[in-house]
Amino acid sequence: MVTFTINGKEVQGQKDWTILDVARWEGIPIPTLCHHPAVEPYGACRLCVVEVDEGRRTRIVISCMYPVKEGIKVRTDTPRVQNVRRWIMQLLLDESPASSYLKELAKSFDVKPSRFQKAGVSFACHLCGLCVRACQEVVGIQALTFSNRGLKKEIASPLQMGSKDCISCGNCLYVCPSLGMEQLYARMRA
Amino acid sequence: MSISFKSLETILERHPPSPEHLISALQDVQARFHYLPKEAMTAVCDHLGVPVSRGWAVATFYKSFSLEPQGEHGISVCMGTACHVRGARNLYDKFRRDLGLPGEEGTTRDRKFTLRQVRCLGCCSMGPVAQVDEEIHGNLNQRKAGQLIKLYRKR
Amino acid sequence: MQITTLTDLEAVKARGLAQLYPEKPKILVGMATCGMAAGAQRVLETLQKRAQQLHWDGAVEKTGCIGFCYEEPLVDLIIPGQPRLTYARVDQEFAAEMMTAVAAGTVPEENFLARLDVDDMILDGGPRRFYEGALSGFVAQAPRYEDLDFFKLQRHLAMRNCGFIDPDNLEHYIARGGYFALHRALTSMTPEEVIEAVTVGGLRGRGGGGFPTGVKWASCRKAKGWPKYVLCNADEGDPGAYMDRSLIEGDPHAILEGMLIGAYAIGSTEGYIYVRAEYPLAVKTLQRAILTAREAGLLGQNIFGAGFSFDIKLNLGGGAFVCGESTALMASIEGRPGEPRAKYVRSVEKGLWNLPSNLNNVETWANVPLIIAKGADWYREIGTEGSKGTKIFSLVGQVKNVGLVEVPMGVTIKDMVNLIGGGVPEAREFKAIQIGGPSGGCIPRELWDLPIDFDSLWDAGAMMGSGGMIVMDNSTCMVDVAKFFLDFLIDESCGKCIPCRLGLKRMRDILEEFSSGKGSLADLEELQSLSEAVQDGALCGLGSSGPNPVLTTLRYFRDEYEAHILGRRCPAGVCKDLITYAINQELCNGCMACVRECPQGAITGEKKQPHQLDATLCIKCGACFEVCKFGAVEVS
Repeated sequence: MVTFTINGKEVQGQKDWTILDVARWEGIPIPTLCHHPAVEPYGACRLCVVEVDEGRRTRIVISCMYPVKEGIKVRTDTPRVQNVRRWIMQLLLDESPASSYLKELAKSFDVKPSRFQKAGVSFACHLCGLCVRACQEVVGIQALTFSNRGLKKEIASPLQMGSKDCISCGNCLYVCPSLGMEQLYARMRA
Repeated sequence: MSISFKSLETILERHPPSPEHLISALQDVQARFHYLPKEAMTAVCDHLGVPVSRGWAVATFYKSFSLEPQGEHGISVCMGTACHVRGARNLYDKFRRDLGLPGEEGTTRDRKFTLRQVRCLGCCSMGPVAQVDEEIHGNLNQRKAGQLIKLYRKR
Repeated sequence: MQITTLTDLEAVKARGLAQLYPEKPKILVGMATCGMAAGAQRVLETLQKRAQQLHWDGAVEKTGCIGFCYEEPLVDLIIPGQPRLTYARVDQEFAAEMMTAVAAGTVPEENFLARLDVDDMILDGGPRRFYEGALSGFVAQAPRYEDLDFFKLQRHLAMRNCGFIDPDNLEHYIARGGYFALHRALTSMTPEEVIEAVTVGGLRGRGGGGFPTGVKWASCRKAKGWPKYVLCNADEGDPGAYMDRSLIEGDPHAILEGMLIGAYAIGSTEGYIYVRAEYPLAVKTLQRAILTAREAGLLGQNIFGAGFSFDIKLNLGGGAFVCGESTALMASIEGRPGEPRAKYVRSVEKGLWNLPSNLNNVETWANVPLIIAKGADWYREIGTEGSKGTKIFSLVGQVKNVGLVEVPMGVTIKDMVNLIGGGVPEAREFKAIQIGGPSGGCIPRELWDLPIDFDSLWDAGAMMGSGGMIVMDNSTCMVDVAKFFLDFLIDESCGKCIPCRLGLKRMRDILEEFSSGKGSLADLEELQSLSEAVQDGALCGLGSSGPNPVLTTLRYFRDEYEAHILGRRCPAGVCKDLITYAINQELCNGCMACVRECPQGAITGEKKQPHQLDATLCIKCGACFEVCKFGAVEVS
């Protein structure tokens, strides 16, 4: 067992656990977006950031991937952590205004749409990638993928045609936190 | 559009059937056809034993791949820092105007030219620079850019 | 032929020296990409053709780039018993004249750049003089390399062979002491001793981070797992930096030898070089070098009969800046999109295919043979306390002498710009120097006494990066520069994590408001807190260092931001929404050049009459400004 502290409270975890695993075990809230117990951590949304003091220096890490270490001091609610989370929520909300899941989540951060919010977006996907990872890791096929990069990044089926690999298992629909996959599914099966 | 299966086979033979060769095999396809025809991409993926979705992810991620047929001459305008401070943006706009391209990058209607931006050709000493096909042209300005297009239009 | 013993190596060296410095005259043409772009191929062909016509008894060969990029094409004349003479900006016409003169036993005096009296041959036990006794005639008066401002502070260690050898010729490389360091490491040093030498020598990674190379090697050696990989990052993506390209094109075996020594130290049998496909000449040069080394038995099984085996594969980058990031590079070698992953487990433990992997960049590898050959103590003497050795910089932008510069660490920015660079163009003022590419920052004139080393730059908010130095004068707008780097990063972001994908875009949107005159001071605060969120929150170095150009320009050029926001003006005359073009009626002499060039027909006028510019039609493309020879087009 590895012993360390979260917000001053002494906690313990198995040595292959992450900070998030321990926090969830202890009931300490850390918000997440791209995390799901059924798939491997991916580290993309960065909402689960925490501040870690390892003795030498303090730094911001993502709790969903950071392995627990003996004696570290973890804080989940510092100004730096809050600043990162608030901006992530702001950016997501402005980019994907159609996601009802994001709208709910934003409320808990007291984040409201800004002057940069995109207009005329009906697609609810916010690229957490759970569908892609569930398809690969849980189902074991790769009917779905990320395509492009940067701002053009999107969830797609190969060649932008209906995927011949899709077995209609519906796992992607199940893990999708927004309505995005439902909107995309028809295209997948076409 | 149909592609020559013979040349595709030659490419496939060069790459052992393992996923790590995906990028280099696609690069060979790109070099041969100047873009990635869908049939070729599927064939490469089947040969290497990777799902087509991975081929698609790779082909759309890396900038050196194009999914559309390219123009006869490729014009790459360097947008590196040294070229930028010496007026690459205005130079690029000149190319775009003269070629009549509506978007940022693309191929002219007559398929004569494909214009694109590159992030530094490493010829910073003679910026602004543009590469037409294999040849690098340095110390350009808008007037020289106009002349370049005229020159290659005749070729 | 196979090279398996020291005797073989000595024999090849003797042959190589006879080729490098033959008893007959020899002409060298700089044929790296920069030379080629300036027309070196045509110069070479002219020289060869003319030599044939004149039945000239001598050799015309190609070589790499010595760094004087602004004087390309460069041609060197090596006549036995004479100093080496360098000619600059050689065109076909002059090349023909030159050959005629040389064939007649004279040397041309035009287009002369400098003479070289001594070849340092640093790896080979000492300097070699080109001539004995006194010189006569024009050559005696000619400036030496070390008299040139551009060269005064330089010391070519990593670039030791660039401009001296034919990069495709293994014998040339060995003639200058190449592969002797490898032989020494394999036959008389333990891997631990090699690591110790590199550690004590104080070599730090030249790719940007400045991590101690020896420490990295030691962790990789200790890491569990087999095989282990030794990788070379040649995906030089920083805009404005091209030293790695030049090293590869000028001296590819130095990189292979460095990797071989590293592989021996780490205990690796397989290596990869990940090189940018946008550098076709560099790719070809590496392909040939690997093949030659393999044929000579310097790559492959049981090298030098010492029981050590190592081979190198070449991977071409697909055009993604992010692949310069270590974990993205490894993903790309594996044949996947170049998405970085969290580095909480370091790649020296779990890298390529989850196995221990050691990645260094081109320049770092090229330094390694030097430390082994000359010793750690020799290497430590060069540079500053915390940054040992030399660093190659590409000095570009608004400066007279543009080129590659290799100087000991610790040279000041002022010397770099004013002495080596020859200052900014006339009638302009030095404003800032941008160091470290999109991850670096802009350093203002107030700080130009700063010594250039890893730690001083870091403290100033910039970073060494791969060594791109872009000099900016008062015609450069700092808001525009910040926008430029954000555009670059937005375009190159892999899009995996949100702070980078959306955060940098938002920063760009805010800057766009400034440069179109719509900003407010409150936005500066917003920009600051967003920058911090991106620094803290982004997944990889590309994202987390992305705000640096914005933060440094905000820190050092806040007044310029305020001019955009409060004054609605762009002092440098760059931001299109805030400037207007006009024609100064007194300076315009009516040459019609701008009238012809204007794509909008916005400029009208008669010959020899001052022209008129209709601001309502003007799209501010700057074509008239570029074409006017009388400074009559004014930007305000």
